[in-house]
Amino acid sequence: MEQMEIEKDLQTRELTLNMGPQHPATHGVLRLVLELDGETVIKCTPHVGYLHRGTEKLSENRTYIYALPLMDRLDYISSMSNDVGYCVAVERLFGIEAPERAKYIRTIMSEMTRISSHIIWLATHALDIGAMTVFLYSFREREWLIDLFEMTCGARLTVSYPRIGGVRCDVSREFLDSLYKFTEEFPKRIEEYETLIDQNRIWLQRTKGIGVISARDAVHCGLTGPTLRGSGVSYDVRKHEPYDAYPFVDFEVPVGENGDVYDRYRCRMEELRQSNRIIRQCIEKMPDGHILADDAPDLDMPPEGRKRLIPDMSLSHACISLSDECEHITPAGEFYSPTEVPKGELGFYIVSDGSGMPYRMRFRSPSFVHASALPRLCKGHMVADVIALIGTIDIVLGECDR
Amino acid sequence: MDFVITLAIIVIKIAVVFGAVLFHVAYATYFERKIIGRMQARYGPMEVGPHGLLQPFADMIKLFFKEDIAPASADRPLFYIAPAIVVISAMTALSVLPFFDRFVIADIDIGLLFLLVITSLSVYGIVIAGWASNSKYSFLGGLRSAAQLISYEIAMGLSLVGVMLMAGSLNLSDIVRAQHQHPLGMFAFPQFLGFFVFVVAAFAETNRAPFDLPEAESELVAGYFTEYSGFRFAFFFLGEYVAMLTMSAVAALCFLGGWTIPMFMTNAMPFLSYVPGIIWFLVKVYAFMFFYYWIRATLPRYRYDQLMAIGWKVLMPLAFVNVLITAFAKRWL
Repeated sequence: MEQMEIEKDLQTRELTLNMGPQHPATHGVLRLVLELDGETVIKCTPHVGYLHRGTEKLSENRTYIYALPLMDRLDYISSMSNDVGYCVAVERLFGIEAPERAKYIRTIMSEMTRISSHIIWLATHALDIGAMTVFLYSFREREWLIDLFEMTCGARLTVSYPRIGGVRCDVSREFLDSLYKFTEEFPKRIEEYETLIDQNRIWLQRTKGIGVISARDAVHCGLTGPTLRGSGVSYDVRKHEPYDAYPFVDFEVPVGENGDVYDRYRCRMEELRQSNRIIRQCIEKMPDGHILADDAPDLDMPPEGRKRLIPDMSLSHACISLSDECEHITPAGEFYSPTEVPKGELGFYIVSDGSGMPYRMRFRSPSFVHASALPRLCKGHMVADVIALIGTIDIVLGECDR
Repeated sequence: MDFVITLAIIVIKIAVVFGAVLFHVAYATYFERKIIGRMQARYGPMEVGPHGLLQPFADMIKLFFKEDIAPASADRPLFYIAPAIVVISAMTALSVLPFFDRFVIADIDIGLLFLLVITSLSVYGIVIAGWASNSKYSFLGGLRSAAQLISYEIAMGLSLVGVMLMAGSLNLSDIVRAQHQHPLGMFAFPQFLGFFVFVVAAFAETNRAPFDLPEAESELVAGYFTEYSGFRFAFFFLGEYVAMLTMSAVAALCFLGGWTIPMFMTNAMPFLSYVPGIIWFLVKVYAFMFFYYWIRATLPRYRYDQLMAIGWKVLMPLAFVNVLITAFAKRWL
C-alpha cells in the first residue's frame, strides 16, 4: 500500500521543450513545442507565422507586374523559381505566350535555382546532422551559381529577373559558356559530397528508417516535390503539367522507396544530376529570338480599366497589350496555376475581377504544407531526429509564413 | 634548505607546464580552425596578425572583457563553481604526465589511475553547469554528458588495462620505459585492439565529434554551457582543450612510446637518437590532435542512443576481450 503511494508520488512528467523561433537549426523562425519523455518526442506542435509579411495582401494592392518583386521574398533562396512560377501563372491569366528563347532562359534559371536550393538544403541538412565539411563544399558551388545570376541580372538573391511574358534581359555568351563549364564540373562535385556522406555509417544510421512516411500518408498530408517523391510517388509538375521549356527537354523524375530521410536525401541528390542535365540540354537547344512577348504588359499597366483612349500614346510601343480603352484589363475569373519549385509544388491561386490588380491572391506554398507534416514525422523519434526531420522536409519560413 | 629547493623546483615545473599548456591550448584552437579551414576549401582566420597568427590572443582578450552574465533564475554558487571544476580537473591531470625523461611534476606510482580519476571528475562540472543554468537545453546537455562520460569511462579504463598488464606498472614513466624495452617499441602494435577502443573512448570523453552530443549546436544550441558567457565560457573551452591535450598525451605515453622511438628505428638510423625526447613526444601529441581535427571535419554526429549502444555493446566487449587476450599472452607466452 505504502509502496503504491510512493510510486504515485513519483510519477514522471513530460518535459516541454520550446525549440525556436530562435534556434540554430530551425531554418529560420520555425517554432516547435516538443513534449519530451527523456529524449523521445511524444508530441510536436509547430508554430508558424513569425515571418509573416502579408505578401498575399500586399500583392492584392499592386498591379500584377508590380507584385513580382514580392515573389522573390517568398522562398528567398530560390527566388528565381518563385518569379517564374508567378510569371507563368499571370501569363496563363492574360493568355500570353512567352517567346521560345525566354522559355529556355527561364528553364535554365529555374534549374539553376533548383541546384542552388538543393545545395543549400544539403549543406544545412548535413550540418544539422553534424557533417560540417559538406556545408562548405556546397557553398563553393552555390557561389558559382549566384555569381552567374549576378552576371545576368545584377542581383544575387532577390533577382526579379523573369517578366510576365518573358525575361528582363537576354543572357550573354559568357554566361552560357560559364554555365556550360559548370554543368561539366558539377557531376564531379556531387560525387565529392557523396564520398563524404553517402555510404558513411553514421550518416546511414542517422537517416535510414527515420521519419518514414508512406506514399498514402504523404499524399494525404499534401506533400509535394522531393519530400513526396522520396515516398515513391512519381509526381512532378514539370512532367505532369509542363510549362516553359520542360516539354522540350529530356529528364527523369527520381523517386525513393521507403520514404525515410535517406530516400529523400537520395532523391534530391539525383535531382541535382537531372537539373544539371536539363541545363545542358537547354544551353544546347537554345534558339535565337526575342526574349519578351510583344503583348506583354509593361510597368505602366493600369490598375483599373479605362473607357477612354489616352491621347498621348508615346508609350504605345511598350506593348500595353491590354489596350487602354478596354474595360477589362484581365479576364475575370479564378484559376490555379502550379509550378515545381525546388521545395515542391508552388501554386498561385488568382481571383481576378477584371482590373489590373488581383482581387485575391493565394499561394499554395510547399513549406507551409510540409511544416504541417512535422508532428506526424516527429512522433516517437528523438530530439536529434527532429533536427534531421526539419531538414528533410526542406522548409523555408519566408515561404511558409508568406 | 633542501625542502625550499625542492619546492622551488616543483613550482618552476608547474609554471613551465602551465605556461606551455596554455600556449598550446591557444594555438590548438588556431590550428583547428586553420586545418579544418584547409580541409573545407577556405582560409580560416586571416585578419589578426600574419595569417591570423594572433587570433588566439584576440579571442582571449575578447572573452576576458565580455560581460559575465548569469541567468536570473540560475543557482548562483553552483553556476560559478561549475567551470572551475572543469578547469581544475583538466589541469590537475597534467601533474602526472611525463613530458620527457624525468620531467614530471609528480612521479607517482599510480599515475594512470590518478589520471583516470581526475579526468572523470570533470563530469561533475558539466552536470552542475547543466543543472545550475536552469535552462532546458543546458539540462539536457548535462544529462547527455553525464551518461556519455560515465559509459565511456569504463571502456577507456578497460582499454588501458592491457597496457598496464604489458608494462606491469601504473607509473606513466615506467610504461614508456617498458615500451622502449619492447621489441616493437610501441604498445599500439600489440595492443591494437586496446588502442582502437582508447581512441574512440578518448573522443567521447572529450566531447569531440562525432560524439559531441553534449554540446551539439544543432540540437541543444550549445549544450551545457548555453547560458555561460565571457570568461566562464572560456573556462569550459579551456577545460575541453586541456582534456584533448591530456588525452593525446596519454595516447602518446601509453600506446605510442612517449618520448622514445622504437629501438629498430634508432638502429636503422642512428642520428635519430640525438633528437631530444620532448620533440618525439610533441610530434606524437600533435599527430593525435590533428586526428581529432580531421575526424571533426569528416564525420557526422551520432545520436544519443546510438552513442550509448556503441559504448556498451561494442567498445566494452572489445576492451574485455583485449584484456583477456593480453592476460593470457602475458601468463603463458
